[in-house]
Amino acid sequence: MVDRDSPVTPDELHAYIDGELPADRHGAVEAWLASHPEDAVQVEQWRTQADAIRSRYGAVVSEPVPKRLELNQIILKQRRPWRAVAAAAVVALMLGGAGGWVARGMALPVPAAPAGVDAFTAEALNAHRLYTVEVRHPVEVTGAERAHLVQWLSKRLDRPLRAPDLEPMGLTLIGGRLLPGPTGGPTAFFMYENPNGERFTIYCMPSQAQDAALHYKAAEKVAAFYWVDRRVAYVVSGPAERKRLWDIAKASYDQLDRTNTAPRSGG
Amino acid sequence: MREIGDKAVAGFRQSVQETIPALRRYARALTRDAELADDLVQDTLVRALRSEHLFHGGDVRSWLYTILTNLNRNRLRALSRRPTVMTIEDNDAPDASGPEGGARDIERALATLVDDQRTALLLVVLEGLSYREVAEVQGVPIGTVMSRLARARAQIKTYLDGQRPMLRRIK
Repeated sequence: MVDRDSPVTPDELHAYIDGELPADRHGAVEAWLASHPEDAVQVEQWRTQADAIRSRYGAVVSEPVPKRLELNQIILKQRRPWRAVAAAAVVALMLGGAGGWVARGMALPVPAAPAGVDAFTAEALNAHRLYTVEVRHPVEVTGAERAHLVQWLSKRLDRPLRAPDLEPMGLTLIGGRLLPGPTGGPTAFFMYENPNGERFTIYCMPSQAQDAALHYKAAEKVAAFYWVDRRVAYVVSGPAERKRLWDIAKASYDQLDRTNTAPRSGG
Repeated sequence: MREIGDKAVAGFRQSVQETIPALRRYARALTRDAELADDLVQDTLVRALRSEHLFHGGDVRSWLYTILTNLNRNRLRALSRRPTVMTIEDNDAPDASGPEGGARDIERALATLVDDQRTALLLVVLEGLSYREVAEVQGVPIGTVMSRLARARAQIKTYLDGQRPMLRRIK
């Protein structure tokens, strides 16, 4: 049942060449193209573009995969972290420490706060960027299971943690994840969201660094406040608006500080 | 205390392994630089394996495309702090001469696209992802994917049309 006059939208023309058009619209689109030569030319141009892209890059899949991309190589490197640490240290030195997550492991020989703090703050910002854009899997355990989440992460980090209650600031706990930290140890990651869909995260990592008060670090569009309290380093990350982030970080700081006044064992 | 069994791990790794050639193709077209592309793929694989224990089923391929897309976006953000990137100079104009002309043209045309549009176009045209999958990779509604595709195609056409001397003069 082809209706030659049935209006065809530009979206349908794209869907047509991308194989996304519902079968019952094929006839209508084909009839439309037969009677609208300008659209037919345009569709042909889009096809030519796609062919050019495929013929330019299609052959890459037949190239031999370089050794450094073999999974066994990558797994091997992860199992022998000292090699990665040595390599990362060299890279980090060359980059002047600006290399973000490449700098993992740099904290080990340096007892003072700055190097280690930089590494975990960079890692926290990377985790923030990576996971806050996730639609389907932003967290591993949802905020609905708050007690379970906190208990699980506390167990994995071997110290009592707490997901601060930021509801008074309009932030709902979406949930959290367990992540590998810059030196490979377990790290807890909590994510919050406000009604506008803006996301804030708190990254908690066991640390040997000395206690440090709130410090601000701004990256591109995101920024962080970090501090170290009783061998746990915290990073609160969010959109780069200092005042707002400060309020959230300060509220988190106050709540987490109270929690940690009851330390377990030597932690 | 493993959260997934050995069998699941093997299946996961096999899926990752099988996707590597396609990831290289996607990264090559995204960056138009073979070394840079393989760096991105390597970072993607490292991240995927590090987060292996976080993966609870689903489509491994889409997930890898998502990681690579995010890493590339971070890379471009870092680059954009420098002022010199992506200015389209006269000597960047299309060059139709020789048999390589077409390949170079499409490469340069891709370079003129906004990142999100280039990503959407390549995922659909080169990687064969459905609109729905691209929407998930980019974290946007399907309608946004479609408008990115439309803009990408219009921009490529504008760029390629620029090789006609008449139009170039107007510019």
